Amino acid sequence: MTMSKPYAITLDPGSSLANKTGTWRNERPVYVDRLPPCNATCPAGEDIQGWLFHAEGGHYEAAWRHLVRDNPFPAVMGRVCYHSCEGACNRAQLDEAVGINSVERFLGDEALKRGWRFDAPPVESEKHVLVVGAGPSGMSAAYHLRRRGHRVTVMEAGPMAGGMMRFGIPKYRLPREVLEAEVQRIVDLGVTLQLNTKVADLAQTMADGGFDAAFLAVGAHIAKRAYIPAKDSSRILDAVAVLRSMDGEDKPLLGRRVVVYGGGNTAIDVARTARRLGATEAIIVYRRTRERMPAHDFEVEEALQEGVMVKWLSTIKQAGNEANPGALTIEKMVLDDKGNPQPTGEFETLEADSLVLALGQDVDLSLLDQVSGLERRDGVVQVDPATMMTGHPGIFAGGDMVPAERNVTVAVGHGKKAARHIDAWLRGVQSAPAPKHAPASFDRLNPWYYSDAPKTLRPLLNLARRTSSFDEVQGGLTEDNALFEARRCLSCGNCFECDNCYGVCPDNAVIKLGPGKRFEFNLDYCKGCGLCAAECPCGAIEMVPEAV
Amino acid sequence: MTQPVKFYQTGTFTVGNRLLAPDQRSVQASIARNNSLNSGHRACQGCGEALGARYAVDAAMRATANQLVAANATGCLEVFSTPYPETSWQLPWIHSLFGNAAAVGTGIAAALKVKARKAGQAQSPVRVIAQGGDGGTTDIGFGCLSGMFERNDDVLYICYDNEAYMNTGVQRSSATPGGARTATTMAVGGEPGAEFGQGKNVPRIAMAHEIPYVATATVADLRDLEAKVETAMGLRGARYLHILVPCPLGWGSASHDTIKLARLARETGLFPVFEAVRGEVTQVTKIRHRVPVEEYLRPQKRFAHLFGSPGQPAMLARIQAEADRNIQRYGLLAEESVA
Repeated sequence: MTMSKPYAITLDPGSSLANKTGTWRNERPVYVDRLPPCNATCPAGEDIQGWLFHAEGGHYEAAWRHLVRDNPFPAVMGRVCYHSCEGACNRAQLDEAVGINSVERFLGDEALKRGWRFDAPPVESEKHVLVVGAGPSGMSAAYHLRRRGHRVTVMEAGPMAGGMMRFGIPKYRLPREVLEAEVQRIVDLGVTLQLNTKVADLAQTMADGGFDAAFLAVGAHIAKRAYIPAKDSSRILDAVAVLRSMDGEDKPLLGRRVVVYGGGNTAIDVARTARRLGATEAIIVYRRTRERMPAHDFEVEEALQEGVMVKWLSTIKQAGNEANPGALTIEKMVLDDKGNPQPTGEFETLEADSLVLALGQDVDLSLLDQVSGLERRDGVVQVDPATMMTGHPGIFAGGDMVPAERNVTVAVGHGKKAARHIDAWLRGVQSAPAPKHAPASFDRLNPWYYSDAPKTLRPLLNLARRTSSFDEVQGGLTEDNALFEARRCLSCGNCFECDNCYGVCPDNAVIKLGPGKRFEFNLDYCKGCGLCAAECPCGAIEMVPEAV
Repeated sequence: MTQPVKFYQTGTFTVGNRLLAPDQRSVQASIARNNSLNSGHRACQGCGEALGARYAVDAAMRATANQLVAANATGCLEVFSTPYPETSWQLPWIHSLFGNAAAVGTGIAAALKVKARKAGQAQSPVRVIAQGGDGGTTDIGFGCLSGMFERNDDVLYICYDNEAYMNTGVQRSSATPGGARTATTMAVGGEPGAEFGQGKNVPRIAMAHEIPYVATATVADLRDLEAKVETAMGLRGARYLHILVPCPLGWGSASHDTIKLARLARETGLFPVFEAVRGEVTQVTKIRHRVPVEEYLRPQKRFAHLFGSPGQPAMLARIQAEADRNIQRYGLLAEESVA
């Protein structure tokens, strides 16, 4: 062999692969998954970034199936959820938050249009669970329990399912056919729904039906009252009753001048409903200022656009006087140092055909009178926040009847969490939540790689129709702009296979494993320069020191 | 909706994009890329030149269906890739001298031409690149390079510009920017670092030869770099590609900042990225988010003497003026951000 080599050449040519430059390294890159802020804040525990990943590719059914692992009501959510996810979205620091809620609605509507169904449970269990109340929390729990193979019977006192989604949220925000279709899809999964069935004595009902566990979600339907001296002839209604009667045969008679007392979302809903019923004046009387109003600002804004008026810093002292049963006595208020309203002694009179009180709701807990071990405080049932179980083993509760923020998404989240722990309790095990990833904060991103793209806004119904009909106010996105919106997701903290690490490594020390399989580091050659971590757009690579 | 749906989450800025059609993806995103400069080379951590060379040569390999020969000047690229008896190169590759890479390329192209004629072909399907660092290009190999240009030889010459002789210990070259500290332009005296007003702008000199194609690029914009190599390999005659490749060792920067610095060189206007055909600029890459030069200079220890107290505010202003001149000269700002 040596004879065949040219002059002065003594070695065979070799590849530099023999030189394992990985020995130079004092830091190594590691792929990590971090918790995106949208997921971290979602009360229903959705993997938002996970379903957006599918939606970005136009794989809407895969996206929807990923979404409904956590929440069976995407079309409802896409209309009524207050989307705290968008408030937390890192993209807001670049241009505007991703329109998560509008993409969710698109997926929900697409599922209804295409008739996508839930998969049947893989195995059937022998256990039977009672759910009391067919609102968002009860139906969510029923869905999650059924998917785990349990028999589920939902008992609902009212004539229709949906709870506050039907009796508390007006049609112009949530068309009833959308609600009914999403409830029906849960029933079709094999959930038994018994309407007009009020559970008066829980212990008795459970014993009679042979139930192994129960989830209570009866909601909060009893209107709170404020003491207002009134004449007999004054027309005073409560907000819950007004909204509930909108779903019945007889629409409430409110008159042409309607005054609503309160500052929450329900007050806004009633005032907007009154406008649609023909009221020329719908006036909200609220004792604090707009900044302190508990109602969501976009709803206040939409109400003002529709001609709803608000008297800020005002309380109602009396309804009706000798001369005029429709005259309301209003007292002006001022805010003290602590932001609490204080009376001023200044009064004025407001004419009203009816006064609607929207001062919050209480829970009817009478069904629990015979159940031992429960703790009630502040008018609600106390539960272990980790499991949603009450003081009575096997009885769980959620939604508006437990201490929490009262909205549909929180209720759905309660149902999901309770179902997981009911399932564990039925099997006699503990369900430990999976450890949470560290947060994917904005400072970990390399935003250079995201091109500028402003948010796509949903169309709003024109004002004339908004004040004359109960047509849905907010429209949906088309497929094109839903896709565009989904693609605005930054995929914070989770690899989306952009190939940056694979491309920017000067040592070819990143191995691309193919679609869906992500990447691996070839530590034989990785010198630990950190370029992959620095240039990862979504912060899914971390440099960790090598052990010396 | 005014914007069409063709918005791919990250635009075209990342190396790959799973939502693009396969034929629209970058060479570097492909599992089947050539890795023309293989693992195991001895370049420093975070070497911009190693990265730039793989980007450029892989793109040239794809553009020529792997029918490619490379001539290499002496320099870092040659030394770190071929310590006897190993090689990192996965294509026919020859190194002769520091100053003659362009001439060697010319010779290979001439030989291929003869071979093609003898085989009865109009042109050789095998193509040639010559490559080197800024020392081998702008100083030592400059005569051969100018000759290759004026004869319009069928070679793509690629200069990997890291702005000094890094291989021999960071000495100044004619591509070293004013104010930069090197081993031969120490940060001492009244005007520390390299002198202002000296050096060569080789892309503009190449344009003066009115050759078919001249372009500049950086390792921070892969898609742009690959497109320019592909354009160049689609043409015959003398072509020149000048790629800015930050050097952590010589610039005194962190190894993970290589791409960031290349990006900032472009975004400050200090390194204009453009294409020119037969001496006329035909396309410029606009600045996306304009930043002051300080943001680019601060992370580099070779400019450390400009900062601190008292620092060198006059020199800093001079560098900013150079950036501003480039912005003016090449029209680097997008229309709307000029106002």
